[in-house]
Amino acid sequence: MTLRSRQAEQPAARERRAFEAAPAEQAQETGCSRQAEQPAARERRAFEAANTRIRIRFSKFGKIRFTSHRDVARIWERALRRAELPIAYTEGFSPRPKLSFGLALSTGYESHGEYLDVALRDALGDAEVHELPRRLAPALPEGIEVQAVVPLAAGAGSLQQAVTSCTWHIEMGAAPRSGVAHAMAGALAAPELVLTRQRKGRSVTDDVRPAILSAEVLGAGTIDAELATQPRGLRPAEFLAAVDPTWRADRVTRINQWTQVGGARREVIDLPPAATPPPHAEVRAS
Amino acid sequence: MTSVWTQLEPHLADVEKPARYIGMELGAQRREHRPGRVAWLLTYPDTYEIGLPNQGLQILYEILNERDDAVAERAYAPWGDLEAVMRRERIPLFSVDTHHAAGDFDVLAFNLSAELTYTNLLNCVDLAGVPVRAADRHPEHPLVAAGGHCAYNPEPLADFLDFVVLGDGEEVVSEITAVLADWKASGRTEGSRRGMLRALAGVEGVYVPSLYEVHYDGPAIRAIRPRYPDVPERIEKRTVADLTAWPYPRNQLVPLTEVVHDRLNVEVFRGCTRGCRFCQAGMITRPVRERPAEQVRTMVSEGLRRTGYDEVALTSLSTADFSGIESVVQGIVDDPSTCGQVSVSLPSLRVDAFTVGIAAQIQKARRTGLTFAPEAGTWRMRQIINKLIREEDLYGAVTSAFSQGWRRVKLYFLTGLPSETDEDTLGIYELARNCVEIGRSYTKGVSVKASVGGFVPKPFTPFQWFGQNTVDELYRKIGLLRDTTKRSKGLQLTWHDPRATLVEGLASRGDRRLGPVIEQVWRRGGTFQEWSEHFRLDLWLQAMADHGLDLDWYVYRHRTEAEVLPWDHISAGLHKDFLWQDWQDALAEVGLPDCRWTPCYDCGACTGYSIEHVVASAVAPAGGSQGTGQDLSTGHLVRTSVPVELRSRKLVGVGP
Repeated sequence: MTLRSRQAEQPAARERRAFEAAPAEQAQETGCSRQAEQPAARERRAFEAANTRIRIRFSKFGKIRFTSHRDVARIWERALRRAELPIAYTEGFSPRPKLSFGLALSTGYESHGEYLDVALRDALGDAEVHELPRRLAPALPEGIEVQAVVPLAAGAGSLQQAVTSCTWHIEMGAAPRSGVAHAMAGALAAPELVLTRQRKGRSVTDDVRPAILSAEVLGAGTIDAELATQPRGLRPAEFLAAVDPTWRADRVTRINQWTQVGGARREVIDLPPAATPPPHAEVRAS
Repeated sequence: MTSVWTQLEPHLADVEKPARYIGMELGAQRREHRPGRVAWLLTYPDTYEIGLPNQGLQILYEILNERDDAVAERAYAPWGDLEAVMRRERIPLFSVDTHHAAGDFDVLAFNLSAELTYTNLLNCVDLAGVPVRAADRHPEHPLVAAGGHCAYNPEPLADFLDFVVLGDGEEVVSEITAVLADWKASGRTEGSRRGMLRALAGVEGVYVPSLYEVHYDGPAIRAIRPRYPDVPERIEKRTVADLTAWPYPRNQLVPLTEVVHDRLNVEVFRGCTRGCRFCQAGMITRPVRERPAEQVRTMVSEGLRRTGYDEVALTSLSTADFSGIESVVQGIVDDPSTCGQVSVSLPSLRVDAFTVGIAAQIQKARRTGLTFAPEAGTWRMRQIINKLIREEDLYGAVTSAFSQGWRRVKLYFLTGLPSETDEDTLGIYELARNCVEIGRSYTKGVSVKASVGGFVPKPFTPFQWFGQNTVDELYRKIGLLRDTTKRSKGLQLTWHDPRATLVEGLASRGDRRLGPVIEQVWRRGGTFQEWSEHFRLDLWLQAMADHGLDLDWYVYRHRTEAEVLPWDHISAGLHKDFLWQDWQDALAEVGLPDCRWTPCYDCGACTGYSIEHVVASAVAPAGGSQGTGQDLSTGHLVRTSVPVELRSRKLVGVGP
């Protein structure tokens, strides 16, 4: 879900700028650049300067996994204000911070890597960007942890477009299941896997096999799977249902979000090796 | 101490909005429970979204957690889906802070803000594993307590409550804690509960229902008397004399999931002396105690910085009356540290105090909806309810709003008021339609929403003697309005369910004999009665019939002066003869001025407790109040179209 992305806002903002005179002097006294409407060109330059957009990678673990995607968006809005980051706001009667979130994570799922793009009023220095994880930490609730922050190049595409697949770690609960590996092998070998699911209130039946890029059974009820997000995404619960309608996910963790760069698969923001948590070794807060 | 988290966790993925059960809010506290600490579970008997913002509970949560001899946590009513899981898996009611079982606490303290939550209170007590009837509880069980506005007539819940707290809780919670700490130290032995309750009855503001006996004379009450000589005959409410000493909440809870009133809330004053006769809050919270403007500013700026909120509500019963309100609002919206991103909302706006200045200020950052409450459609009716708003005051307010760019305005009205005629009811339509007309001269897309609620007479108001309108009569009046507004463009009518109004009226002025009724409705599944999809009038009617009780007697009947009212042993400071006189004045269509700026007429709220108003301004706010600073001689003028002079006022006072 994108929360009033910058892309969506710009045409309207341009129109409004044309409408409004520039009551800049009065507003500048308060030191607020949002109120200090600058001529359009200057503002665009400021936007395109380095470090006026940043991309944040964060994890979501423990009790807080029960918050929804919308909840997390609100949590971030407040956290950015509490950390006194110079966030850019949309214009108009109801200004909102210019935040853009990546693919929604289902309520109840955990993640090693979620993403958020933030537009800023003022550019940050490289050192400031580097310091951001430490600056944001005290403003965030337990269970949401900033892993990395990078400046976003001008013209960088949206997160929703960039991510083509995700790797998921799926646990099916305490009850030991036999034949998981066998069923999975059968499903993967089949020419097609037809699944009926609800999409936008309608029942859709199609072949989901192409969306399963890989699937590995690690133990009795544990599976790692890479599932496509485009053109039509496949959710972990749907993936299980496609293989065996009786299977239920007990605990699901997003391990990676993959982009395609020059034909190669790459995580949106790679963490330095030392900082990469060993798979499935995350200590659970709950 | 047992945490239910591990039992609960596997089921949370299967219930709606699981984030309401995880706690972890900014400001949440997890203090250690110790034998020397009285453990309070502050419970709101409705969902987390409704209960979390409750300022009363948040204030007590902080005050108790600042004490070394107390620890406080919070609980809310689980929604039906989780309740089913809890009952199936034998998971008790829990605190959201540490997920400790409710039964591990010493007190389950409920906030009573609405009558329709009473069955939820019983459900929460039952989910806690505690007998619902106080008489069935033993030393190992927590005490069940209640406070809040509805607690001024706790009689319908008398069978279920161990004690009730009347009035401001800031000071009295500590006194109660001291009594309970002694009881806890004594080992809570068999039989000790009675002695502890007797000691609690000696704390001013604490009512222990089981220590009083009600004597009946047929359906009427003959007397309500204490069972023991050391128990006071009358229980007086508590009043905090000076809000400055209580700048709470200091650490307002910031939820992780969406709740109502999801913003910083700063209480600017408590109490109201406008004297609207239907308004229980205005009667029981007297006198007016303002917080100094400087403290308000500090609480706002510190609160915004700490919470990250971009909206602040300045709360009170009538915020536009706050001395210097315009400069406070201006200070907030122009604060350079927030870069113009903070919006201010002023709930409970009085139309006679809503000026262009305020309108211009509060719309700077974000334009939220505007709500005014004229309450009644004609001047005659507004004199009866003592809401002395002239039509021109209302039109002036909506003119201010529309001229400042608002398009949507909401108007609150009551119907079923004393001596109301169809002309009065239809006056609601007249007023609303005129507001639409005014809006049209500013904008094409004007929308006026008139919200009509059935009037419920409340204890400790001059209308406590009035017989409530029947469900049929309320339906008839709403139908009248609906038919009239049907073809009126830009005007929408919404109304409160008259059947719910009936049950509110029943509980509002009920007595102890309603206990079994409430219990039966709860036992047959009547919880979440505030939620229209769960409201079950049939359960209430059946329970009344099963217990031989008469709706007409409880709800629709006018009371007489000599009658003993079920709450006569409780005191909100108001003299009963003052209320009766005010009731007679109402019937004579005589208004009463706001005593903040006029001589005292001795209602009893100040004199009885040796306290006074704390009001910074020596004069009534802009627009006046109830006849002070106002010329009400034109109030009776019935205007059927938009006054010409208002159209020409369009640009007055607007601008930089």
